[in-house]
Amino acid sequence: MIDKIVPSLEAALTDVRDGSIVLVGGFGGAGVPEELIDALIAQGARNLTIVNNNAGNGEVGIAALLKAGRVRKIVCSYPRQADSHHFQSLYRAGKVELELVPQGTLSERMRAAGAGIGAFYTPTGYGTDLAKGKETRVIDGKHCVLEHPIHGDVALVKAEKGDRWGNLVYRKSARNFGPTMASAAKCTIAQVYEIVELGALDPECIVTPGIFVTRVVKVARRRQLSEQAA
Amino acid sequence: MSYTKLTREQIARGIAQDIPEGAYVNLGIGMPTLVANHLPKDREIFLHSENGILGMGPAPAPGREDPDLINAGKEPVTLLTGGAYFHHTDSFAMMRGGHIDICVLGAFQVSAGGDLANWHTGGDAIPAVGGAMDLAVGAKNVWVMMEHLTKSGESKIVECCTYPLTGIGVVKRIYTDLAVIEVTPRGLVASRLVPGLTFDELQRLTGVPLLPSGARAAA
Repeated sequence: MIDKIVPSLEAALTDVRDGSIVLVGGFGGAGVPEELIDALIAQGARNLTIVNNNAGNGEVGIAALLKAGRVRKIVCSYPRQADSHHFQSLYRAGKVELELVPQGTLSERMRAAGAGIGAFYTPTGYGTDLAKGKETRVIDGKHCVLEHPIHGDVALVKAEKGDRWGNLVYRKSARNFGPTMASAAKCTIAQVYEIVELGALDPECIVTPGIFVTRVVKVARRRQLSEQAA
Repeated sequence: MSYTKLTREQIARGIAQDIPEGAYVNLGIGMPTLVANHLPKDREIFLHSENGILGMGPAPAPGREDPDLINAGKEPVTLLTGGAYFHHTDSFAMMRGGHIDICVLGAFQVSAGGDLANWHTGGDAIPAVGGAMDLAVGAKNVWVMMEHLTKSGESKIVECCTYPLTGIGVVKRIYTDLAVIEVTPRGLVASRLVPGLTFDELQRLTGVPLLPSGARAAA
């Protein structure tokens, strides 16, 4: 019997090694796998490359991972936020490397990794500082930039519900990078608030099919949703 | 004659009036989000948010915020009846694949040829781009909403951008607190000057040659 459900966050993270490329879901505060990131801090892997839209906010999540000195490089689109002070001080001190990527190119590079695409041309970024040194080509009269896939060793994603085959559904705009990152890593770990019986998720509505998911771990909801928001 | 500059809300109202029924629209973070407050009630307009929302509604009432339902600026929003959620790659396919009819973006500078600079002030500022470059090249119409002049009085419409570029030749129209300026193959065409502002005065304030347009409706 296939059962991708693991009993603990620690058991979920056994594949993270020093130097791993870790894709971390979330956009702002929505869809951030906070419990998995906390467990990653406890697990102790160092010298990590983190791929996320942002570079950590406040004191939790990626910001805490940065503060703990575990991150060698961040690949993201938007590291400059009012409360991203841990990234900012490490970056200014030269202690963390930044690869800044337009958000759609970031997402598409991971999609390409998941879909087995060698590289792709996109008009986004042509003629800008973010395309410096990259190959370009004119396609149908448009200037395009060659972009390469981002393969993760591990992806950490947050979903709402999962089953023992690893099928996932998300909640509202917390879906964001989750499905793409799940497809782009060798090992994808999903934290969910609810584990359901096989067959309970409507097959027409499964967002991430289990083939993209290695392990599922249940976590407790930290914030109770208000009745209106539910 | 004296004139009064438009407030940000007035610029937003002017932009909102120009968005037709049925348009798929992305509003950039910052000033352009004000446009949402002025969309005509009798038109169905689809607001897109880069983080996976189509049919985005206004901010929720206090106490009804949902941490899983936010806009590109990370502020709480709502979903209209008929709205949809989708993942990031689909969302950016909408933006990069030419499916968004209009995007409204803020800008540091726009060049006479429609080059846009809006993501980085250069120097030792920490760079952050978000979805700006994707929208700039992917939306069918890129409209800029900005003040005509910098705080120190320099024209933000320039011959060549001195700030790092977001996209080349992408801007179609510029809405400022003084006028609306179309970027056309024959040059920048100014219309809808604020009441009391002469074309000559607008030209004096603007860093590049302008062409007058027939229309001079009050904003």
